[in-house]
Amino acid sequence: MDRVLSVEQLNASYRKNKVLDNVSFEVLPGTLTAIVGPNGAGKSTLLKAILDLHPRLSGVVSCFGSPYAQVKSRIGYVPQRGSVDWDFPTNALDVVMMGLYGKIGWLKWPKRKHRELALAALEEMGLGNYADRQISQLSGGQQQRVFLARALVQDADLYFLDEPLAGVDAATEKVIMDTLNTLKNKGRTVMVVHHDLQTVEEYFDHVLMLNRTVIAHGKTADTFNQANIMRTYGGSLRWMGDRLG
Amino acid sequence: MMILSANTQWVLLSTMMLGMAAGVVGCFAYWKRQSLMSDALSHAALPGVVAGFAVLGTKSLPFMLGGAALSALLGALFIQWIRTSSRVKEDAAMGIVLSVFFGLGIMLLTLANRLPGGQQSGLDSFIFGQSASMVRQDVYTMLGVTLLVLIVTLVAWKEWKLFLFDPQFGGGLGLSGRVMNLLYMVLLVLVIVIGIQAAGVILMAALLIMPGVSARYWTHSYGGMIGLAALFGGASGAVGTLVSASGNGWPTGPFIVLTASVLFVISLTLGTSKGLLVMLLQHRAQRAALTKQHTHPAHETVERGG
Amino acid sequence: MSYTGWILLTASLVGLSCGFIGVLLILRRMAMMADAISHTVLLGIVVAYLVTRELSGVHMLIGAVTAGLLTSLFVQWLHARGVQQEASIGVVFTSLFAIGVVLIATKVGNAHLDIQHTLMGEITYIPWELTELPWIGAVPEAVVLLSGVLVVVVGVILAFYKEWKITSFDPALAASLGIPVVLMHYVFMSLVSITTVAAFDAVGAIMVVAMLITPAAAAYLWTDRLLVMMGLSGVFGVIAAFMGYYIAVWLDTSISGSMAFSTGIIFMISFLFSPRHGLASRLVRPADQI
Repeated sequence: MDRVLSVEQLNASYRKNKVLDNVSFEVLPGTLTAIVGPNGAGKSTLLKAILDLHPRLSGVVSCFGSPYAQVKSRIGYVPQRGSVDWDFPTNALDVVMMGLYGKIGWLKWPKRKHRELALAALEEMGLGNYADRQISQLSGGQQQRVFLARALVQDADLYFLDEPLAGVDAATEKVIMDTLNTLKNKGRTVMVVHHDLQTVEEYFDHVLMLNRTVIAHGKTADTFNQANIMRTYGGSLRWMGDRLG
Repeated sequence: MMILSANTQWVLLSTMMLGMAAGVVGCFAYWKRQSLMSDALSHAALPGVVAGFAVLGTKSLPFMLGGAALSALLGALFIQWIRTSSRVKEDAAMGIVLSVFFGLGIMLLTLANRLPGGQQSGLDSFIFGQSASMVRQDVYTMLGVTLLVLIVTLVAWKEWKLFLFDPQFGGGLGLSGRVMNLLYMVLLVLVIVIGIQAAGVILMAALLIMPGVSARYWTHSYGGMIGLAALFGGASGAVGTLVSASGNGWPTGPFIVLTASVLFVISLTLGTSKGLLVMLLQHRAQRAALTKQHTHPAHETVERGG
Repeated sequence: MSYTGWILLTASLVGLSCGFIGVLLILRRMAMMADAISHTVLLGIVVAYLVTRELSGVHMLIGAVTAGLLTSLFVQWLHARGVQQEASIGVVFTSLFAIGVVLIATKVGNAHLDIQHTLMGEITYIPWELTELPWIGAVPEAVVLLSGVLVVVVGVILAFYKEWKITSFDPALAASLGIPVVLMHYVFMSLVSITTVAAFDAVGAIMVVAMLITPAAAAYLWTDRLLVMMGLSGVFGVIAAFMGYYIAVWLDTSISGSMAFSTGIIFMISFLFSPRHGLASRLVRPADQI
């Protein structure tokens, strides 16, 4: 099967409002795709609907040619940083190890090899010295890197990241993008909800422009142009003026 | 139709007024997302009631209500303090204050029941509420306070609206958030304190929460919701008191709450704004429109319950 | 064992079970859900009594777990229909509790089941209600029941330790890893219910809430490790049981009320003086500078 992910006619609503309207697209392996769109365009909901975390009204989602539920172990998800309680009594290493819980299996406790895998992932993120830190004592960027490390240990083939670059420092942004590029070069597929239009061309080879439905989707070079941006953001984009001249 | 004694009529009037005040203030609590705060505070009032009794050694409602108000406010202060200056979250802070204050109340109650006159004081009736234990003097006190609460909400009608909807914007217009917050807390505590004799500390919260939640199913408007909540609350208070008075020694609180629950279930199912029936019809319409839109065969669509 | 010994053992068993469960409760931000369930199990017990006409351990447990799960289902259901979480809890538990109280007041009020008892418990009677066990001899029924519940609680928490941890910390990730988050939620609610009902008979509803929430919240201020937090929470529960008992004897007052109050004292000490997350730690160093 060539396509890593295919979404057909996906509809979803939040309370009474329809947030996803006939969303259809396909993603090829080894691509790094940005999902962009204005606030309330349904970016996070799209990820959640794909991952069975948000109910779908209708539509078909298949990953690697199978329904999502059958290939869960091949898919990694990095939720928004604000979605968890950082006061939780646990440390950085422990959070990374959570990425392995699916593989460890029921009733078993993590073993030494799992600790080592988690530690290696933390070190890859430059956080080897922070393994014992309680997670609220990490900076925002470090927390995001812990999340990414947790996704890395899952060793998935397809990754979904929800705003990983929101509110992080420049150093973290670089570490995260390097990591995502490494994944891509290894043939993994990565989809990122992204909010910063300035960096789309620099960071991503594909872009999915979303505003309740797919406005445009394709290679960044062909797709990310002024016409499509205007169609995606409508009149809500005053500040794009300086960038596009 | 039974014939009611003059005293019962007065009690009925006061529980009805109490229900109205609770309905209105309960709406405020709902919009401030503090429904369970009222539960914590009414439990926290118990030690104050008993202490108020113990100080005088005889049952004097003003003293006991004063004590209740003090300990409820102290409880509110503790919740605020724990929440803002430690990692313990609000729900746990409320649970702590609720159970620890109530435990203290039970300790004091056991001690007070051994004081001379303690057994006859009807202190136990504060736990589940006993409107039959109210004398004329209590009724006047209750009526006075409920009237005060209703007047405060009516006089500052638009200020409340602004404060509840958008306190920041209100601040910009010169409406002091601190003052309004304090006033809100005072109203909440007042309603709880006068309510516990009739409804009891354990179930007082229901009288605050349910009328507002029920009203939501009929209207979207601010005034409409407050008016309906007052109506539902008043009806719950009156009907509950009537029913409990028809039994021998039946507690009042649970019957008031049951009446409120019945009103809630009616609102939930038949309410014109978000009631289940209306939602069901809308959902069907949406579904039908969706199927019309797509030519997709039905077996390929993934269906999920909403 | 002496009379006092049995009472202390009973209360300590409550302290341990509630302490362990309580940690997960406050981390899942469900403290008020515990308050709700501790009230609604009353309805379960009353209905079980009305159906079977006897107050046996098994019937009570089934009735209570059913009531606990129904509470949780109703709350979830109302919340999914747009009522604030807090308000849905308030609506559901007060209604179910009121039904329970009304049933007691009008139908079943008798020596075995009265309202006072359910709220405050009657721990002083526990040592008299004995049952014969092989090998061990005569043991209070409540001790047998509470030991059983403690074993179940510890067993289920340890067996699914990492699943509890991840579903509490990050339910979205847990779901994406294939862990049945919803099922775990209801298993947890069942655990809370059986703990509550077993403790209910001994110490009453309010004391259960105190024991579930307060020691766990106190432990939360001392440590950043989940296992340590659970251990501490259990220890605090036992300390509160002892402290409460002796305070009650000293003042000659309600034992369960006094135990609930003791959990508050332990929390207050932790809140003020814990070197890690107490107020004292903030005076020594600013919060964000570690």
